Amino acid sequence: MRAWAKALPWAFVALLILTWQMAISHQPAAILPTPWAVVLGIQELAVKGLLLKYVVASLFRVTWGYVLAAVLAIPFGLFLGWHRRGQVALNPLLQILRPISALAWIPLAILWFGVGDLASIFLIFLASFLPITVTAMNAVGSISSNHLNVGRNFGLSETQLVLKVLFPAVMPQLVVSLRIALGIAWLVVVAAEMIAATSGLGFLIVDARNAGNRYDLVVAGMVLIGLIGLLLDIMMRKLEHLSFLRWAHREE
Amino acid sequence: MAGMVQTTVRSKLSLTGLNMTFGHGNEVVDVLENIDLEVREGEFICLLGPSGCGKSTLLNIVGGFLKPSSGEVVIDGEPVRGPDPRRIFVFQERGVFPWLTVEGNIGFGLFRLSRQEKARRIAHYVELVGLQGFERAYPHELSGGMKQRVEVARALAVNPDMLFLDEPFGALDSITRLEMRRELLRIWRAERKTILFVTHDIEESVQLADRVVVMSTRPARIRNIMEINIPHPRDISSRRYLDLRDSIFEQIGLAHKI
Amino acid sequence: MKRWEAYTLPLLATVALLLLWHWSVIWTHTSVFPRPVDVQRGVIELFSKGLLWGYTRDSLYRVGVGYGAAVLLGIPMGLVLGWYPTAAQTTNPVIQILRPISPLAWIPVSVLWFGVTDAAAIFLIFLASLFPIVLATMDGVHGAPGMFVDAGRNFGLSTPALLSRVVFPAALPRIIIGLRIALGVAWLVVVAAEMIAVDSGLGYLIIDSRNAGKRYHLVIAGMLLIGVIGLCLDTGIRQLEKFKFLRWGFYHE
Repeated sequence: MRAWAKALPWAFVALLILTWQMAISHQPAAILPTPWAVVLGIQELAVKGLLLKYVVASLFRVTWGYVLAAVLAIPFGLFLGWHRRGQVALNPLLQILRPISALAWIPLAILWFGVGDLASIFLIFLASFLPITVTAMNAVGSISSNHLNVGRNFGLSETQLVLKVLFPAVMPQLVVSLRIALGIAWLVVVAAEMIAATSGLGFLIVDARNAGNRYDLVVAGMVLIGLIGLLLDIMMRKLEHLSFLRWAHREE
Repeated sequence: MAGMVQTTVRSKLSLTGLNMTFGHGNEVVDVLENIDLEVREGEFICLLGPSGCGKSTLLNIVGGFLKPSSGEVVIDGEPVRGPDPRRIFVFQERGVFPWLTVEGNIGFGLFRLSRQEKARRIAHYVELVGLQGFERAYPHELSGGMKQRVEVARALAVNPDMLFLDEPFGALDSITRLEMRRELLRIWRAERKTILFVTHDIEESVQLADRVVVMSTRPARIRNIMEINIPHPRDISSRRYLDLRDSIFEQIGLAHKI
Repeated sequence: MKRWEAYTLPLLATVALLLLWHWSVIWTHTSVFPRPVDVQRGVIELFSKGLLWGYTRDSLYRVGVGYGAAVLLGIPMGLVLGWYPTAAQTTNPVIQILRPISPLAWIPVSVLWFGVTDAAAIFLIFLASLFPIVLATMDGVHGAPGMFVDAGRNFGLSTPALLSRVVFPAALPRIIIGLRIALGVAWLVVVAAEMIAVDSGLGYLIIDSRNAGKRYHLVIAGMLLIGVIGLCLDTGIRQLEKFKFLRWGFYHE
């Protein structure tokens, strides 16, 4: 019974791949590749050295843009949340800027930074910065006033209060928003590379299509994007389950 | 002994040789051990024990939400196979559906009735628990005691013949708790349901029950069954009441001095 | 904090930012980047040309259809997957792999299947909104207090009735958060999709203004409109949280 249940997911994957294979092989003039052609495509990329190069290029951009955003947005958001005046002053601007799709900045990014790493890093920075700032800001507002009062009661200075009460209290929400932001960053880097770069997995997809309809490489690129995105997500979820953050996830 | 008279009355619920263990392999926890109990039709039974002793588990087994590891639960001569609308479980006030109004909650189980019949029943039970004027209110607009009344009314509206209450007044303040006990007794006398009531409050059990089933700490066994033969309304300063209360205190091993 | 500060502070911050923008354009002697006044001219130009209405309608139409389909399919799917653990386990690896594939990576495939049409963009938006909705619904089902489910069972509800009368309402607050996130992603994706895969809509407006003569005042005007419409969509969906039967799920201590 147990073993049977464990086999089910794999059976489902196998079934989908089989359906895919059947659907393609029944059309003689299919442009879309078979699953096997995709595996061969990934192998071809690996042999040419493009696989490593493009994966590294995409991860490089995401890392810089995302880390920079996190490092700046967390203190900024906490500062705004802690000082009500700052929040009141900047909130309307944040609210207008936030729903502007990071990708709508592509023309400006190219204008300012040209086609290359910097443009993509800038776009990823923008896409991650605002959500993290807003979460950090709101998280401060949602801290239980009891916790703050306990801190004050024990005679903590303002700095100690921030370090010992505020920071741990907002941590769970911050970690969740960091995970969501990383997901968005991964989405944005692919789009940015389709338009504003000449390397990376997004570029691979567009390039493979434009240069001779190599749809086996297009789908290979998609599979790689999915796998790496999954790894990033798993990494961030591990972080959420660290024991000192667990209190926030328990029900009631 | 009291048992002599009871044999003539039909048994409503009988538990025989009930055992419950959680976990498997090396990490087995015994929660219930060898529980035997007979409950008569229309009786008010309190299961009394310290928090976490397993009395809620017992109630969940009787309600059909859990299967015992061994032993048998028989109600009206039939073994219990799962939850049944003839026997309604009342949780703490948190069991009220927050997305439904008072009316919606009380009418929740009445989906088989015609519209008029449903409205009539709802009105009747709104009145019985004294919530007139709050029919359209949502739970978050009500006090804890009012939410508890909604839940009791929701259970009664489907006209069950047994009620299972799991520390229903545990989250209420002590004044509201007293009021709710009086209400529950009034409703019990009016509707004559068989009631199984789980509590860790000694006073509460002696105020409410026909019989108090005193349970031990984990694994829970039945330590003793106390007959509370004081007529209602009970005078809680009477000698008889205090004696019964104190004897339970002693059985549990508590001195009544602080 | 005094009451007048609630109005003057944001005003001051906005004015300061606009001035900073204005003067940096002048100090850097840039010829391409517009000043705030140029952008204002751009907005007026867009409105008076009448292009704007058509482009906005196209974008909203694509989001409406793609997102709507994702809602109609995603919620029932999430309920079933959340309710039956075996179904969730079975489909989990596939969902986990498909989910992080940026919807924009589907552009070549989408164009291959649907051509440069509305359907291509709608398909992308559908994909982008589906996963957040399904996952939020599953999450909501898992988070539904066991007490509610037990109570529903106790009253003798059949499984479909239990799902629609207890599990769905219990999960609804969480689902609505998912709907909000999905709408945000849909709005992000439609802009990108329109930059690459179709030739109308607000995303196309931006890329076209840049390509056809580097008219950056129109680019920024377009961006602002995207922001304002996005804000309106978000505000609109937040109104759902205010329904009386949902308020319990959005309590903040």
